[in-house]
This record gives sequence, structure tokens and C-alpha cells, in this order.
Amino acid sequence: MSDNAVEIHVRPEFENKNLGKATDVDVERPLSLFERIANINAVRKFSILLGLLFAWEIYTRVSGVEPLLFPSFSESAGALWETILTGEMPTKIWVTIKILLVGYAAGLGCAAILLIWAVMTRVGSDVLGTLTAMFQPLPAISLLPLAMLWFGLGASSLVFVTIHSVLWAVALSTHVGFMGVSETLRMVGRNYGLRGIPYIFKILVPAGFASILIGLKVGWAFAWRTLIGAELVFGALSGSGGLGWMVYEKGENLETTYVFAALFMVIVIGLLVENVFFRNIEMNTINKWGMQR
Amino acid sequence: MNDAATGTAGVSPAVPTVEPILDVSGVTLQYKTKEHLITATYRVDFQVFPSDRFVLLGPSGCGKSTLLKGVAGYMQPVEGAMKLKGREITEPGPDRVMVFQEFDQLLPWKTVKQNITFALMNGGKCSSRQEADDVAMEYISKVKLERFEDTYPHMLSGGMKQRVAIARGMAMEPDILLMDEPFAALDALTRRQMQEELLQLWDDTKFTVLFVTHSIEEAVIIGSRILILSPHPGQVKAELNAHQLGHSDVGDAEFAQLQEKIHAMIFADRVLEDETLPNV
Amino acid sequence: MSDQSVTSSGVYVRPEFENEIGAAGTGEVERRLSMFERISNIDPLRKFTILIIMVVIWELYARIGEINELMFPTFSATGTALIDALVNAGLLVNVWNSLKLLLSGYAIGISIAAVLVILAVGSRIGSDLLTTLTAMLNPLPAIALLPMAMLWFGLGPGAIIFTLLHSIIWPVALNTHSGFQSVSETLRMVGGNYGLKGLRYIFKILVPAAFPSILTGLRIGWAYAWRTLIAAELVFGGQVVDTSGQLGAEGSNSGGLGWIIFESQMENQTPYVFAGLFMVILVGITVENGFFRNIEEKTVRKWGMQKA
Ligand SMILES: Nc1ncnc2c1ncn2[C@@H]1O[C@H](COP(=O)(O)OP(=O)(O)OP(=O)(O)O)[C@@H](O)[C@H]1O
Ligand SMILES: [Mg+2]
Repeated sequence: MSDNAVEIHVRPEFENKNLGKATDVDVERPLSLFERIANINAVRKFSILLGLLFAWEIYTRVSGVEPLLFPSFSESAGALWETILTGEMPTKIWVTIKILLVGYAAGLGCAAILLIWAVMTRVGSDVLGTLTAMFQPLPAISLLPLAMLWFGLGASSLVFVTIHSVLWAVALSTHVGFMGVSETLRMVGRNYGLRGIPYIFKILVPAGFASILIGLKVGWAFAWRTLIGAELVFGALSGSGGLGWMVYEKGENLETTYVFAALFMVIVIGLLVENVFFRNIEMNTINKWGMQR
Repeated sequence: MNDAATGTAGVSPAVPTVEPILDVSGVTLQYKTKEHLITATYRVDFQVFPSDRFVLLGPSGCGKSTLLKGVAGYMQPVEGAMKLKGREITEPGPDRVMVFQEFDQLLPWKTVKQNITFALMNGGKCSSRQEADDVAMEYISKVKLERFEDTYPHMLSGGMKQRVAIARGMAMEPDILLMDEPFAALDALTRRQMQEELLQLWDDTKFTVLFVTHSIEEAVIIGSRILILSPHPGQVKAELNAHQLGHSDVGDAEFAQLQEKIHAMIFADRVLEDETLPNV
Repeated sequence: MSDQSVTSSGVYVRPEFENEIGAAGTGEVERRLSMFERISNIDPLRKFTILIIMVVIWELYARIGEINELMFPTFSATGTALIDALVNAGLLVNVWNSLKLLLSGYAIGISIAAVLVILAVGSRIGSDLLTTLTAMLNPLPAIALLPMAMLWFGLGPGAIIFTLLHSIIWPVALNTHSGFQSVSETLRMVGGNYGLKGLRYIFKILVPAAFPSILTGLRIGWAYAWRTLIAAELVFGGQVVDTSGQLGAEGSNSGGLGWIIFESQMENQTPYVFAGLFMVILVGITVENGFFRNIEEKTVRKWGMQKA
């Protein structure tokens, strides 16, 4: 390309004078009904779920696998329905949920107290930092033997480990959220004359809510896992009847269909909490406030 | 611009030996959203020749970015064909490198130099590290970023990121460089500087570029040939020459005249719509 | 304001001027803080002090309150028990037993998750299948599968590994998949521009671009697995009592950390329970700070994808 003369291929200009409206084409048209239905996420996922259940049922029937080892879907669903009718399942669910709620609420309370102290003073912040660094990596369930020593073989031991599983996750996440609140927002809050507790609840909590919500979710996940696990261990020792214990007990007695029924219930409760409860909070807070993409 | 020899412009359709690099003929491009089918461009024809600075100009939403995505191979046309050097475009590839408007087009996990060497090695331009390093350094110095070769993108300013993206695009020596409003997110001073740098780089290597903008002034400064698209759905309205005009001509009568002409063409439809509105 | 310099339009016109920067001296630009201020600004130092204070309070409380050592041993008793367990009882062997299971479970789990996600990247049906599976199975605590696993694989490491897999696969797959889905359109197009396809596209573009999310998944997977393992060993501990299964059979040292805690509890050796808990914390902190923090530092922090 040394020769300047052929650098650019110059060609005549032109103008399209009679540019009609593009009438012979759909500028915009709705998709067909089928395409639109296939685009609905819920419909697609629900069909996949049905497909999976169907495959399970067919597999157990065709392969003739021992129902003791792997019951079919219909048998498990039947067992679930039966335990619901006899009232066994609702009782078990209520036992578990009660402990979960008490433990979760108490854990949040403890976390709130620690956090308020941490926001107010540097010592508080350091204490919180040290405590969470120590106890966050400690699986709550490993405290169960001690809890049983201290509180006996009752519900209070379960509440204790549940508190422990919620407290540190929430405290850690919330503290991180508070520290991540921008200097501008803090100054705005001060500007309004807010101080102390009102400052925390009116500025820091909403501003750090994305992080707090993560803490609440992680806390729930740990609490749920810890509680089910603790009931299993309890099952191994004595009888205290929540859902986890039901899984264990029915497993011991080789009533496999009932184990599956209990597992169904565990999944359903988990789904409800995550997809209904937390999703709702999320929609009404951080999504509405545009804090999350 | 150095274009003294182009005085014969306009009469005969060029020397027959010149083959277009990019040939777009009758291309209609459509999007499918969850509920609708949207036609973005309708039967668009144009040809880009070697060393063209070919500008796509048109009102917002007329399908400029869409055309570029089509040429890059990210979208398939529903009718018509796009040919690069005679071969149909079917998928993205390193022979058509795109420079985006967004600042997040650099891989954040690679340094400035690694961003370029990564492109060179994976795009099949260079087979050895050493070779890629050399080429990368050459282009980094072309965009004057020698001091930042080992910096990660998040520590660069917007203009610097854009320069890296341009260096990356040119280092790959594609048949055609595609630029989608590369300077739109920059401040006015930086934009002007980047335009000058781009023209200087072009003087050096005479690369072929397809450039999208919606600034008439930028189109006239950068472009050697300007394609004007009608409002949504985009159709070709006109193709004009602007190779004789550059930065130094801003404010000249010829420059202003061309700007005025383009302005009139783009807003002709607006007037038309306004006139027809009361009758409907 | 002199009258002459106010123009007719009311603007106060004043002379232009230009300053020579750096010619004049500046005031105190920078001053070192006092020794005490500087020391108390060192974060680890302050936290360490607090740790020591807490230990002292613990010791004093247990001693002065004359708490039964069975219920709440002193710090010194715990320390002695820890050293004794390390030197004489081979506590490290138990730690290693736990880690061995955990690491193999973690490695297998991540590989399975990777395969699932790669299949999901390819097609919409794969993607739907993965999201449905993870949505169903992620909320199910892995430990709840232990009774079934014991039925299927017998009382041994097989059952534990199966439960561990379940605790790892779903969070890792979930986070990786959603990370992939939120990779920006621009970066995807850049990847296509280089001519990257298939696995090379996944590993060279999607994986690094979604790394913050993947790292979160790995962390959650680890946390669940660690908790599941300890719980599973506790359950096996309970089994040992009535079935004297193989895991912690008398005399041998094949049990894990959770089992040691359970056993010490059964034998009323509370200081050893504390020693076991101490080891659990230590392993947790090492993995978090030694492993994940390090990866984070070398990747997402360095790349500016996540603020410090
Ligand atoms: N991802 C998409 N899905 C559906 N429709 C789209 C999508 N992207 C663009 N469109 C539609 O296609 C048409 C052309 O869009 P395009 O982005 O090409 O415009 P443009 O000329 O680049 O505009 P601008 O100058 O504002 O960048 C618009 O009407 C737009 O609504
Ligand atoms: Mg555009």
C-alpha cells in the first residue's frame, strides 16, 4: 500500500429517493401461541419435573428394584398422603418448625445486639469480628454433644444449636453489609441528624440490606441443615419426634417409603421458605429499590 | 487527509479490478423476544472496499448495531446474504474483530498486554508466546499505553480501556475492523483525541473499518464513505463520499455543506411524519 | 469593590492571575501518628488482644465460679487435653481421616457439578433440567439422606461420601450456572470474536468471567460438606453404641473428628470434647484463610471484580 493513489476506492455517491415504507414485512409481530408457551419458564420446568417423576416411576417398575431399597414414586407419594391424613406428618412438621422458629428468632436477636454494639464502638466491632471468625467455621452440630450435656436431651439443646447456626452467619453478613455502606449515604444520614439506633435502622439496615438478606438466607440454610441433622443424631440416642427424627426412625425400621415421604416434606418446606418467603422479601426490598440486577 | 489522487471521483464506477471486501446484499435482520418478532433492518445493501473507512449513520434504533452484529456473525439474516471476501458469513471469527462501546469488553482477568496476546494466540494469529508479545507491544505503543502493559483493566480510565480495545482489534489484523460507537461513552476532549489517533493509525496501516456512530460530525471526520440508514426498520437511504474531509476541515464550507446535507436526509423522515400525522 | 471595575452589566471584573505552583512553602503535609495510635490501628493486634482477654475471662469464670469440669472445663484443662490428644491419642490421625473423606468427596462432587453445568451450557433443555434439579435438591439437607445412604452403601465411608457429594454438587452447580448466565453479552461476543467454541469458550471466557460466583459456590459447598461430615460422624458415633460398626471400632483409630467428639462425650471427658471442637475450628479457619482467601486474593480481587 505504498502508492497513495490506490488507497481508497472512490465510487459515485447515490441517494435512494423513493424509499417506500417497508410494508411488505412484519416490522413487529407477536410470536405464535406455541412459541410463547414454550417461552414461559414455569411451564418448561414443570414439564421437566413431571418427566423426571415419570422416569423414576418407570424405572422402579421395569427394573424390579427392591422397594425396600428404592420405592417407586407412587408408593412414596401414597405414604406421604397417608401420614398427612393420619396426622403423623403435621405433628412432626410442627415439632420441627417450632424449634426452627424459636431458634431463628433468638439467633437474630443475639446477632442484633452484637451488631448494635459493633456499630457503636470499635471494641464492639473487634469483638464481633473475632467471635465470628472463630465460630462461623464451627459447624453448629458439633456443639450438640455439649448442648445435650448442658441442657439435657430436650428441645432446648436443639434450640441452642439452631441459634448457633443462625447467629454467626447473620452477624458476619450484616457486619460486612454495614461496612460496605457508602460514605456518601452515611454523611447523608448524619446530615439528617440521625444517631445511634435510629441511624442504624433508618440508614445502615436499608443500605446494607442486600448483604443482610444474604445473611438471613445463609442463616436459614445452616439452621435447616443443622436442625435436621441434630434430630437425626437425637434419633440415634433417644426419641424426640421432628422430621429429621422421622427420617432416621423410618430408616432404622426399613420403612423406606416413609423415609421418602419425609424427604419430600423436607424439600417442600425448603422450597417454600426459599422461593416464597425469601423471594417475596427480595422482591419487596432490594429488587424494588434497584439494589440488585 | 492525503488523498490528492482522488480527484476523478464519482464518474465511472471504479477500476474493475477492485473487489469489495465485504458484500452485504438484501439483508433483513430480525430479533425474537419472549413475545414479539422485531425487524431491525430491511433489505440493506452495501459494499465495503479495501481501506475504506465505512461509516454507518442513522437515527437511534435504526439497526446500526444490529447490522454490525450481523457482519460479526452473531446473528444470521432471515433473507439476503453477507459475504466476506466472497465467503458467506456464518459464525463469529477472528477475521472480523469488533470494538464495542461498552467499557467491559476487556477480559478483566488479563492485564493490558495479556488481553492482546490472548486474542492473538486464540485467534490463531500467533503461535508462540514470544511472537504474540512482540506484536502486542508494537500495538500497545501505537496507542501510547507502554506504561500500562501490566495493569489490569479495572485500573484504567474509560479512554484508556477503549484504546486497549482498539489496539487489540488492530493487532489481530482482521480483514475488517468493526467499531460500534467506540467513542460514544468518552468525554468530548478524549473523543476528539481518539478520533485523531484512529486516523493516524489508519495512515500507518490503511486497515479497513466499518464504523457506527450517530454523530454527523464524527461520521464526516472519520468516514471516507458514509451510509445513511432510514429510521426503524433500517433501510439504505444514501451513500456519500467524505474521504476528502478530516479534522482540519471542521468549519470549512464544504464540511458544513456535507453536514447540512446529511442532516437534511436524516430528518426528512421526521418532517414527513409530522406532515402526515394530522391526516391520520 | 471599587466602582470602576463593575461593568455596566453588573459583573465584578477583576484582574487575571497565574500562580507558580510549588514556589511557596507548604504547611504540615504529612505527620506520623503517635506510637500508640499506630499500634492500636493494627487490626490483627487488636483482635489478638481481644482473644487473649476472652481466654482470661473463660479461665477465671471456670475457676472462680467453681464450675464442674464435666460441664465446663477451664481453658488450661482444655489446653492440656488438646496437647495430650495430639501427642498420645493421635488426634491428627482423626483429623486426617475426616479430611481424607472430605477432600475425595469435594473433588468428585466438583467434577460432577462441572459435567452437569457444561451439559447445561449447551442447550436450553439442559439448562432447564439443571435448574429444576438444583431447585429441588438444594434445599434438601444432605444429612437427611444418610439413613438411605446407609441402606444403599452399608455402614462405612461409601455412605458418607454419597452424602458429601449431595451437599457439594447442588450449591456448586447452582452458583456456577447462574454465574455463567450473568456473564455480560459483550464479553460473550468478544469470546466468539476470538473464534473460541465449546469447551475452550467455557474455560477461557465463561469460567473466569463468572469466577466470583463460582468461588461463592465452592465456599458454600465446602461449608455444607464440612457440616455434613461432622454430623454424619456424630450419627455413626450413635450407631457405634448399638451396632458397634466398623467406623470407630474399639482400639483402632479409624474414626474422624466428629466421632472423637462424640466418643469423648460418651466417656464424660469434656476437656477432650473441647479439644476436638478446637481442632474443628482450626481446620475451618485454615481452609477459609489459607485456601479460599488466597484464591480470592489472586483472582477476583486482583482482577477488580470484587471490592476489597
Ligand atoms: N436484543 C434485542 N432484542 C429485541 N430487539 C432488539 C434487540 N436489540 C435491538 N433490538 C431492536 O432492534 C432495533 C435496532 O436496534 P439497534 O441496537 O441495532 O439500533 P442502533 O441503530 O444501534 O441504535 P443506537 O444508535 O441507539 O445504538 C431497535 O428497534 C431495537 O428495539
Ligand atoms: Mg447501537
